Amino acid sequence: MPVTKLKETTALIYADNAATTKISEEALNTYIKISKEEFGNPSSLYTVGQTAKEVLEQAREDVAEIINAEPREIIFTSGGSEADNQAIISAAKIGEKNGKKHIVSTAFEHHAVLHTLKKLESEGFEVTLLDVHENGIVSPEEVEKAIGNNTCLVTIMFANNEIGTIQPIKQIGAICREHNVLFHTDAVQAIGHLPIDVKEYNIDMMSASGHKFHGPKGTGFLYVKKGIKIANLIEGGAQEKGKRAGTENVPGIAAMAVALKAANGGIKEHTDSLKAKRDRLIEGLYEIPHSILNGDAERRLPGNVNFCFEGIEGESLLLLLDDKGVAASSGSACTSGSLDPSHVLLAIGRVHDVAHGSLRLSIEDDITDEDVEYIIRSVKEVVEYLRGFSPVWRDLASGKKQFIL
Amino acid sequence: MALYSEKVMDHFRNPRNVGVIEDADGVGEVGNAKCGDIMKMYLKIDDDIITDVKFETFGCGSAIASSSMATELIKGKPVDEALQLTNKAVAEALDGLPDYKMHCSVLAEEAIKNALDDYHSKQASKKE
Ligand SMILES: Cc1ncc(COP(=O)(O)O)c(C=O)c1O
Ligand SMILES: [Zn+2]
Repeated sequence: MPVTKLKETTALIYADNAATTKISEEALNTYIKISKEEFGNPSSLYTVGQTAKEVLEQAREDVAEIINAEPREIIFTSGGSEADNQAIISAAKIGEKNGKKHIVSTAFEHHAVLHTLKKLESEGFEVTLLDVHENGIVSPEEVEKAIGNNTCLVTIMFANNEIGTIQPIKQIGAICREHNVLFHTDAVQAIGHLPIDVKEYNIDMMSASGHKFHGPKGTGFLYVKKGIKIANLIEGGAQEKGKRAGTENVPGIAAMAVALKAANGGIKEHTDSLKAKRDRLIEGLYEIPHSILNGDAERRLPGNVNFCFEGIEGESLLLLLDDKGVAASSGSACTSGSLDPSHVLLAIGRVHDVAHGSLRLSIEDDITDEDVEYIIRSVKEVVEYLRGFSPVWRDLASGKKQFIL
Repeated sequence: MALYSEKVMDHFRNPRNVGVIEDADGVGEVGNAKCGDIMKMYLKIDDDIITDVKFETFGCGSAIASSSMATELIKGKPVDEALQLTNKAVAEALDGLPDYKMHCSVLAEEAIKNALDDYHSKQASKKE
């Protein structure tokens, strides 16, 4: 019998905050207020232009302060993808000028990074993608080994968007500094969830995206340490010191700054209770036989849970969870529209058969303990139901094939 | 716009003819775990009529719905007619599938052809 004929609950448990977050009331109110009151163009000389400029510069100061940077080191962008592109292309241009055309990165970066690197490869750059091991963590020693005389950039994400593993950014930053190589980190999943100090970590460039910490979509920024010559992706007016043309998204930027302040300020307060819920989810889901947690159990984002369940496929799992009012995500091929499952799961050594049956839950502090138990129950039911008519599961359960997990 | 039509969701949520036929006259299995969809069809055939059909599927929503719909389309039909079933017919009966999900309906067609091949070769070996 199908377990989910009807929606059992109308209340949505949103467990896909790594995909995007709901804009906070405070950020939304800021967005509306600034749109209404500070509609002027920051490049205009008259008062309503200049007061909009003040809003913009205040946001820049606020964002800079949170990561221990200077306001002039912040370039506002349309989001994480643009920031990643701009950082990597800038470093490549600098490298090319100095005859250095080698870049070090990892196999499980976001596509905003990987596809930019692919493009550079076709332009004659050499790219080394480091192994991320089964625990989903890059080894600083391997970063150091990969750096050569012709290396112009190391780009390694702060925390992975699928499996949530946190990279040893401080050690990697120190290594890059020692070898005099530019270091960029995609901190889209980390900022607002982990404290970040760009000076302490020796970060030269860092990408962030507003919609991952309850800011508006289409906002973000790139931190660029002073002295690094950044290249433009968008030509036009002289906004952002000539590094990013286009009339600034003043309300979006102001709202993003408000959201980041709140998220960053809440890290201390929420991290422990969030970790407790995460760990309860992990414990509960491990009760499902032939399942495995993806990524290191400790060195992971406080709200990230990622599992593989053998014998089932992720999209059906998600659809049935949606029927039960749980919004989650999967790295299965069928959810991506390609034939290959998530490159992240493949990078940590999950074979195709297993990688198709993955589930990512990315929770925040709005999730209650009851919600956590409800999610565990729901996943158990759905996995059992789907295994009930899976020919793969039949072969495994009957001993015709060997379990991988 | 939802990803899937109401029909797809209906067959996905309440798949028809799920299960196994232990003494099946023809069994077909297609797909592989690498691509993410696997279908297995079991047929019971009397006097060249498909009297019963069951399926098992590992796969996405459209794979499950396509298997379910395909079994409905051939149940009670003569073998010759079942051999004519196309993936397009399966997809149309489901009020359409997204372009990148059409391969799931292809699998359903292949699973049935596979099961009928198995039936025919079993028949042939019986006659020998
Ligand atoms: C790690 C990482 N980098 C980059 C991005 C892209 O950010 P945006 O959607 O703001 O372009 C995302 C979001 O999906 C992400 O998770
Ligand atoms: Zn599929």
